[in-house]
Amino acid sequence: MTPEVLTLSNTPLLYTAAMLVKVVVAFVVTLLIVAYATWAERKIIGRMQTRCGPTMTGYKGLLQPIADGLKLFFKEDIIPAQAHWFAFIIAPMMILAPAFISISVIPFGSDYQFTYDGILYSVPLQVTDLNIGVLFIMAMAGLGVYGIVLGGLASNNKYSLIGGIRSTAQMVSYELAAGLSIIAIFMLSETLSLRGIVSAQQLPLWGLEFLPSWFHNWYIFTQPLAFGLFFISSLAEINRTPFDLPEAETELVSGFCTEYSSMKYALFFMGEYANMITISAIGATLFLGGWDGPFFSWMNFLFKVFAFMFVFIWIRATFPRLRYDQLMFLGWKIMLPLALANVLVTGFAVLLWQ
Amino acid sequence: MEAILFYLTALVAIVSAIFVIKCRNPINSALNLVSTFICLAVLYIMLECPFMAAIQIMVYAGAIMVLVIFVIMLLNLGSIGKSSNSRGMAAGGVLAALMLLLTNAFLRRGDVSGTGGEVTSELIKSYGHTELIGKAMFTDFLLPFEIASILLLVAIVGAVIISKRDV
Repeated sequence: MTPEVLTLSNTPLLYTAAMLVKVVVAFVVTLLIVAYATWAERKIIGRMQTRCGPTMTGYKGLLQPIADGLKLFFKEDIIPAQAHWFAFIIAPMMILAPAFISISVIPFGSDYQFTYDGILYSVPLQVTDLNIGVLFIMAMAGLGVYGIVLGGLASNNKYSLIGGIRSTAQMVSYELAAGLSIIAIFMLSETLSLRGIVSAQQLPLWGLEFLPSWFHNWYIFTQPLAFGLFFISSLAEINRTPFDLPEAETELVSGFCTEYSSMKYALFFMGEYANMITISAIGATLFLGGWDGPFFSWMNFLFKVFAFMFVFIWIRATFPRLRYDQLMFLGWKIMLPLALANVLVTGFAVLLWQ
Repeated sequence: MEAILFYLTALVAIVSAIFVIKCRNPINSALNLVSTFICLAVLYIMLECPFMAAIQIMVYAGAIMVLVIFVIMLLNLGSIGKSSNSRGMAAGGVLAALMLLLTNAFLRRGDVSGTGGEVTSELIKSYGHTELIGKAMFTDFLLPFEIASILLLVAIVGAVIISKRDV
């Protein structure tokens, strides 16, 4: 006889406690990954260019992110006299907040079960499971543009303005391709909840029963084209190389954050890495089966996120930057038609086989 | 609890809507409009329409307002001086007040308010809001949906023709 498994919704105190723990853990872990992503990026790129990267601060330079944070924290905070001060102050916050909010709907593990007072409870390892999870994430990605746009506009600086204009055009065009590539996913899963999408990926591959049972139906196998489109357009959306035109050092000093200093600059920097983590987590959830895999549930998820981030860093070390017209050509004339065709083909396939 | 949240959201929505038309600087107006849109999305969620809320933020706050700010950036609009057309403003004010009275009268007299339709909270919970909207759009409201899509297509073709010198 199996003991009764309860969700926490009928015990408000325990529910609140579990919720708080989940929120704090998700937030702190994301912040830690943000800090150490900078260290990892410098180390990995250093190795790829036969350098050492940071070595002096702490063992193997492990204290470097903390030292950088302290340095930026104690620097003088300058607001240019001609700047639009309200937008100037709010811009770094608007780039960081959507990235962190998106983390809240991502499932980072299967149900965690524990006994309390003799009753077995089951807690989903996810801050909240919205039934419009994917749309929520896309909405937050859309709001993330404001940080860069306002930063570029409010600084009252030509370089910042050009950086801001470039990033607006880039993000608006690539959001379409990213959204359309995700549509093919929820045509297959028939749900918009991220938890539902992960559990839809636990079935045998392509619905074939004779394949080995550990071979799960991750959507990277059923939707390879959508995965490619999603990956490229998310690179463009988070302004990573080869699409980092908004902050191209050689042309624009440092783009939209030229005028920023001290903690505001650090917030922009953190925003970039937080966006990277969010996009990696979304990619792992939608295409790589979320927490599914050989290790314990949340370890699989973290492993996949780190793999994504490693590839992002790897690309930065190897690819040259695109020219602006090439970027627009790629977005509108190649990726968008491909994504539309993918949706069409998926629609026909779903009609024929289901 | 829900009433407090509603009044708070409505207050923010109305205050930022007033600021949209009161601000001299176009960037401030645009930011206030974004805040109004987000408040509307919160109201949609309170009406149990999560899909509408997400689309509201995605389309209005995420796409249209970004384009508006883009245009502000490109035109480099400074602060706009005080307009001297006070008669036009007065006429607009009177019209707006009349419209408000009219809507209020319709809301009070009509039999729409306070009556539940076919779609109840239980139906939304069991069936899903996105599914309900999708089904309604592609069965009962197919003709309006297609008309809207043709209108959008015409607008896109028009935009291409205007922006290209030789088609």
